[in-house]
Amino acid sequence: MITTEGRGLILDEKLLFEQSQVGRVGYSIAALDVPDVTPDRSLVREEIADFPELSEVDVVRHYTRLSTWNYGVDTGFYPLGSCTMKYNPKVNEVAARLSGFADIHPLAPESFNQGALELMYNLQRDLGEISGFPAITLQPAAGAHGEFAGMLMIRTWHESKGQKRNKVIIPDTAHGTNPASAALCGYEVITVASDGILSKEAVAAVMDDDVAALMVTNPNTLGLFEADIREICDLVHERGGLVYSDGANLNALMGISRPGDIGIDVMHFNLHKTFSTPHGGGGPGSGPVGVVEKLQPFLPVPFVVKGDDGYKLEYDCPESIGRLKSFYGHFAILVRAYSYILSMGGEGLNRATELAVLNANYIRARLEGAYDLPNQQRSLHDVVFSEDGLPNDCHTLDVAKRLIDYGYHPPTIYFPLVVHGALMIEPTETESKQTIDEFCDAMLAIAEEAKNSPELLKQAPVRAKVKRLDEATAARKPKLRWNG
Amino acid sequence: MRYLPHTDVDVQQMLDTIGVSCVDELFSWVPEECRLKRPLDLPAAKSEAELLAFLGGLAKQNTAISACDSFLGGGAYNHFIPAVIDQLVSRSEFYTAYTPYQPEISQGTLQAIFEFQTLICQLTGMDVANASMYDGASACAEAVLLTVRAGKKRHKVLLSQALPPQYRQTVATYCRYLDVELINIPQLDGVTDQTELKTLLDDQVAAVVVGYPNYFGQIEDLANIGELTHAVGARLVAAVTEPLALALFKSPGDLGADVVVGEGQSFGIPLSYGGPGIGFFAVRKKDMRVLPGRLVGETVDQDGKRGFVLTLATREQHIRREKATSNICSNQGMCILMVSIYLALHGKQGLRKLAEVNYAKAAYARDKIRQLDGFSVAFAGASFNEFVVTCPEPVVTLKQRLEQQGILAGVDLAQDYADLENGLLICVTEQNSREQIDRLVIALAGGEV
Repeated sequence: MITTEGRGLILDEKLLFEQSQVGRVGYSIAALDVPDVTPDRSLVREEIADFPELSEVDVVRHYTRLSTWNYGVDTGFYPLGSCTMKYNPKVNEVAARLSGFADIHPLAPESFNQGALELMYNLQRDLGEISGFPAITLQPAAGAHGEFAGMLMIRTWHESKGQKRNKVIIPDTAHGTNPASAALCGYEVITVASDGILSKEAVAAVMDDDVAALMVTNPNTLGLFEADIREICDLVHERGGLVYSDGANLNALMGISRPGDIGIDVMHFNLHKTFSTPHGGGGPGSGPVGVVEKLQPFLPVPFVVKGDDGYKLEYDCPESIGRLKSFYGHFAILVRAYSYILSMGGEGLNRATELAVLNANYIRARLEGAYDLPNQQRSLHDVVFSEDGLPNDCHTLDVAKRLIDYGYHPPTIYFPLVVHGALMIEPTETESKQTIDEFCDAMLAIAEEAKNSPELLKQAPVRAKVKRLDEATAARKPKLRWNG
Repeated sequence: MRYLPHTDVDVQQMLDTIGVSCVDELFSWVPEECRLKRPLDLPAAKSEAELLAFLGGLAKQNTAISACDSFLGGGAYNHFIPAVIDQLVSRSEFYTAYTPYQPEISQGTLQAIFEFQTLICQLTGMDVANASMYDGASACAEAVLLTVRAGKKRHKVLLSQALPPQYRQTVATYCRYLDVELINIPQLDGVTDQTELKTLLDDQVAAVVVGYPNYFGQIEDLANIGELTHAVGARLVAAVTEPLALALFKSPGDLGADVVVGEGQSFGIPLSYGGPGIGFFAVRKKDMRVLPGRLVGETVDQDGKRGFVLTLATREQHIRREKATSNICSNQGMCILMVSIYLALHGKQGLRKLAEVNYAKAAYARDKIRQLDGFSVAFAGASFNEFVVTCPEPVVTLKQRLEQQGILAGVDLAQDYADLENGLLICVTEQNSREQIDRLVIALAGGEV
């Protein structure tokens, strides 16, 4: 019997498999114009059990409805710290879909795809100018993939000099991908405590001849510029090590400071952060890597070079770390990032950085006092509060869930690990003062609610598609697929 | 600038609230010796119209596959993409969201991933699939790492020579500084040489990795290879570059594979010069907790209503750091949607029918080329929509001759396979009409089309 339960504007939607009707189709295929032959029956499978059978309309409604349960940057303010959730320009989507970019085969002759190669060459050059590195690879598929590429180059460089170094120093504020990437290169990870920023003394205490590299994030995950970075780089270099920089927070530095100028040897970019390519519900990202000249021979193959008769893919690099994936990188994402750089120009990129830092500092000024601010140094593109001082057993998770009721995507929570109950807020430059004021008003209202009506935080969210979900049972008794 | 909403008045009010006099003061913590003392040397900002004209000019210098007769495969496949897919993935509620860390406002992405995991399990015949990897090659490398991790002290991995060269190269890069010995299994008649395999297998082998279909489009005898592999306690990894074949041929899961990885680009993802694609990754239940990558699970909310969450996160880098099962953080979200929508539209009947069309078209082309003087079909066994022919002349010159007639004849195997001199890998899909195939045959024979 039909009722209004689960209807209205937040529709319930069954799984694809639960809607399937035997004999229903959503495809069209031209009539076969060659003889109908089939493989030997012993090789042929039965029909795919329980595979969905749906009409085109079923599929369109299904995904349209699912989309309405999502919160994206186009829905509203999404201050997810460390992820740089800036606006994704629509013209970039149009550019990536041009048939001359979307419908080209990676194994066609280079003479067929000179425009694509020129675009990649130009992007290598522009990323080099922004970061100060003379050589760039566009191949890594995401930030973590770029970290892996960079650390492999470091290891290979050391080995080319006959050095076998086994350790990598990583501050405790680092993203989890940093130690995981170092481990993938066979390194032992030495974690070093930082007091907000990394001190030269802390690095000196663990730096020895077995250390291959220091991995830093600058500005770090607390939003702080590593003020001693030049001296730290000198120290590491003096002892024969290299310095890797996680470029996740490059949005704070465009036109302000270039990692390649201040002693960093390798850095990855996150095009889906700094250069506005869509986060896509989890990806695809893109993680180009810049290196100093002495590491250039170790870049992954292939990369794009400009020759006398046009652009070409260079494979002839005997010291290269090799290949990280099929083909040449996430080309469709590279198109979007290049489109963004062209739209902004150098001045625009610098202005984006300035306004991103202005927005973060404005949030900091408006919320300081209502929320605990553990680090007093001037932060750049983000601000990290702690849960200390929240009354009535309210925690960071409760604040985050209550923000959903106010119509916001919560900040990153419980990261970095060094801040107790961290609330990491990164507004980016594409948010107006009005948007940020409304968000701050909501945060202040939640701080009041924590004092006076903590149950509003505890039971939040009540205005989302679902209430809080039982994550413990999901992990204890995993149900990872539909099974009828 | 149209993406930057601040007015001068806004900026001044914000500076006043912060208590600084100018924006540059916010960067006072950046030491002078770290500051860039000049403007970035980049071209001036372009208007949207200028931008589109400029990028359109670059795009026009490329030859779209739809503008020529293409028989290129080799890991990137030219299949028709229904209009529905781009319309739906262009809903920005999907593409402007990130990893669903806050499940209450990410149920759309989470349910879509849960369905994707299910579709991949059904297609591969496996128990558990993750929320995707970067691409087939990197998924293959992660599969090797999984088998070494799960195989305790075993450190050898046998890679079939008939795996795509790019997959073997990627595996080698990933294993460069790990205690993994990669050993080549030669190919014989276009498939993994089982006699050689037997001599290489011992109790130090963690995994045997073969393509299905393999790089030459051939259907490997997975069942037998699986038996040999399991007899020494190793895992069989099947790597699939053309998953459409799985709608027609027996699933790797049915034939005994322990891990199935592959590239999903065939299912609705534009070629885009080779990326992004999507890596899929499926295992048996026993390996669920050593999987790399994100996983979505079903659960209930406080009211008992069904919902989905990211789960088993204690495998992952943000919790386990250097002890994680992988360093991967992202998944291919947008491509997950493309693949899922493609599979949902084609469904049980459509995917099978499309696979049959691909098979029949390739068979037609193969038989026609077989009849040409000087040409032969290189391998005897069953193949799907790709096959290898041996040409009477070096493929380099033959390809150039056909390119001048607007035909991309296929992939030259000479660089990667010294023993397949004059070997040409030809791919035929539903996108190639009989007329196109006939033109290819005429051109191969030296005729003008």
